[in-house]
Amino acid sequence: MTTQARPRLAVFKFASCDGCQLTLLDCEDELLPLAGEVDIAYFLEASSAVEPGPYDLALVDGSITTAEDAERIRHIRAESRHLVSIGACATAGGVQALRNFADVAEFRDIVYARPEYIETLATSTPIAAHVPVDLELQGCPIDRGQLLEVITAFLAGRKPDIPRHSVCFACKRRGTPCVTVAHGTPCLGPVTHAGCGALCPSYGRGCYGCFGPSGSVNMPAMIPLLRSDGLSDQDVLRLLHTFNVAAFAELETTEEAPHRWARPEGERS
Amino acid sequence: MNRVLRVGALARVEGEGALHLTIDDGTVTAARLRIFEPPRFFEAFLRGRRHTEPPDLTSRVCGICPVAYQMSACRAVEDACGVTVDGQLAALRRLLYCGEWIESQTLHIHLLHAPDFLGQDSAIQLAREHRAAVERGLRIKQAGNAIVELLGGRSIHPVNIRVGGFHRVPGRAELRALAERLRPARDDALAALRWVAGFDFPEAECQADLFALAEPDCYAIDGGTPTVLPYGQERRAFPLRDFTAHVVEEQVPYSHALHARLDGRRHLCGSLARYAISGHLLPAPVRQAAREAGLDGECRNPYRSIVIRAVEVLYALEEALRLIDDYDPPPRPAVDVPPRAGTGHGATEAPRGMLYHRYALDADGIVTDARLIPPTSQNQGAIEDDLRRIVQHRLTGSEATDTELTRLAERAIRNHDPCISCSAHFLDLTVERGPGG
Repeated sequence: MTTQARPRLAVFKFASCDGCQLTLLDCEDELLPLAGEVDIAYFLEASSAVEPGPYDLALVDGSITTAEDAERIRHIRAESRHLVSIGACATAGGVQALRNFADVAEFRDIVYARPEYIETLATSTPIAAHVPVDLELQGCPIDRGQLLEVITAFLAGRKPDIPRHSVCFACKRRGTPCVTVAHGTPCLGPVTHAGCGALCPSYGRGCYGCFGPSGSVNMPAMIPLLRSDGLSDQDVLRLLHTFNVAAFAELETTEEAPHRWARPEGERS
Repeated sequence: MNRVLRVGALARVEGEGALHLTIDDGTVTAARLRIFEPPRFFEAFLRGRRHTEPPDLTSRVCGICPVAYQMSACRAVEDACGVTVDGQLAALRRLLYCGEWIESQTLHIHLLHAPDFLGQDSAIQLAREHRAAVERGLRIKQAGNAIVELLGGRSIHPVNIRVGGFHRVPGRAELRALAERLRPARDDALAALRWVAGFDFPEAECQADLFALAEPDCYAIDGGTPTVLPYGQERRAFPLRDFTAHVVEEQVPYSHALHARLDGRRHLCGSLARYAISGHLLPAPVRQAAREAGLDGECRNPYRSIVIRAVEVLYALEEALRLIDDYDPPPRPAVDVPPRAGTGHGATEAPRGMLYHRYALDADGIVTDARLIPPTSQNQGAIEDDLRRIVQHRLTGSEATDTELTRLAERAIRNHDPCISCSAHFLDLTVERGPGG
């Protein structure tokens, strides 16, 4: 295969912690072989060599939080044959989407003494809210194995095998006893997308939903279960309102769900 | 008439910002590191959360040093609740932190910084000529990841860390197996140290006050007393609870990151500061290796920070092996941390420098106020000074092209491994030249 024939890979970052694009550099065994298969045309965190588009595969990390970034993602989409958003920020707005349910002016005043210097949108939104996305890879952070599967499938010209089932399936496969059944530990496993390898239960901890909602979520069954395991309504909200707050929020519109976005009275500072 | 030039993007740093240089009549009149970090408002949304939540929530500030955020958060919350985590739980935390030092410092050395010394754009390009060295670096990094993956569950945003300790602690056999992976990595780390020690280091001197945590009997990683080593003066220290009285953050109109000053002066934390303040406490074999690598006492040349990072990787591997050797599984994976009203402070040495957290809790353990001061906001002023000095020094020599100045400016920044995480994308260098520029 000639250099020209290699597919051109680009990695872009928006508002995020850098962790999901770092996952690519965490593929220690695969990094150099991968660099032989694709032309890494744009990956600022790893290389000063910056090549212009078009790109065959664009991996996009981070959420849209400024007007400038909303414009930039449109340019990237126009230059990219396939666009995959990677990680909870890119697929759901990330932890910074907590602002979507609060008063941003107040947030800005808490952090910055001179808020007039700060340019930001009132919301943090996923990439798919701005441009069409070919695939969303969930996780905070994404799983290394799933990322490699996406790239490998792309190179082979097939659909990536990313099951949409819940963490419960992963626990069964791993042989981890159910922490809720065995210990009454509150766990978001039944509604959370698999991909982490069911890590938390294997460490004796309930799942905290960092991969966001799975393909089939039954929130009206989940919430009473969390309550019966001892969580108050506020604690249920806190558990759901972290890295995938906006994705879980969309599912909390049933009668049973505590759909009160403002923090409960008395806890507002 | 001023000349304005846009010459490329700053790469191989974590996150993005821009760089602005103004040159008038051959004099650098302004050197600014602009950070377009779209604000993520962590301090605001931490309010109203439970005291058990800051470790998981704040780890998402940074995917490169999540353990640092988790550890500073745990220490601050435990301080507020009047709980001390010691013995083998503290040892396991230090072991976990060694893992992050190894992976993060090795990432910077091999993938971000070394290409500068060997005239390459990336480690992938570097691997064409120096494949064995890059592969060795990746092996060392894997050893660091292995520590964090065993103790934390995964290397980015570990899940096993909680206020009071861990959800699960490893058995002796698990750590013995880990040690088998660390021993060859220690040999690799020594070889990597010798490799970077052979690079060419331009002359430069950082004159900022150096600032790091110090412990009485060991190289500070996961705790200690804030200690200042001013340029050419005696060191001084202050209690952690007085941190925000000494380190004051201010806003500048051109950046979304806050700039901090220490007692009114620009300061630098990170590897240079740690080595100057605690280098004498490194174990004898590591000190010997450092001497052979050309380090002798205090080093203020920012280009040589790559050598100090390599020394720290070697130390972290030695220390990890020692901690594993001394390991005795604690009776419980965590101590209880019942909430109480109060304010707590926590500081640890993130790979890039001191990371401070402060939380105020109410009697139910709800966070009423949060404050995070990361190393990069502390270092920004010193990085700008460095940039000015290094570019100025170059301008006093022969004629320099814009391309050359850009490369030099980028190197001056990468020397400090800034973590501009959570920032927007374009990192443009703007050089404005006055008529005689």
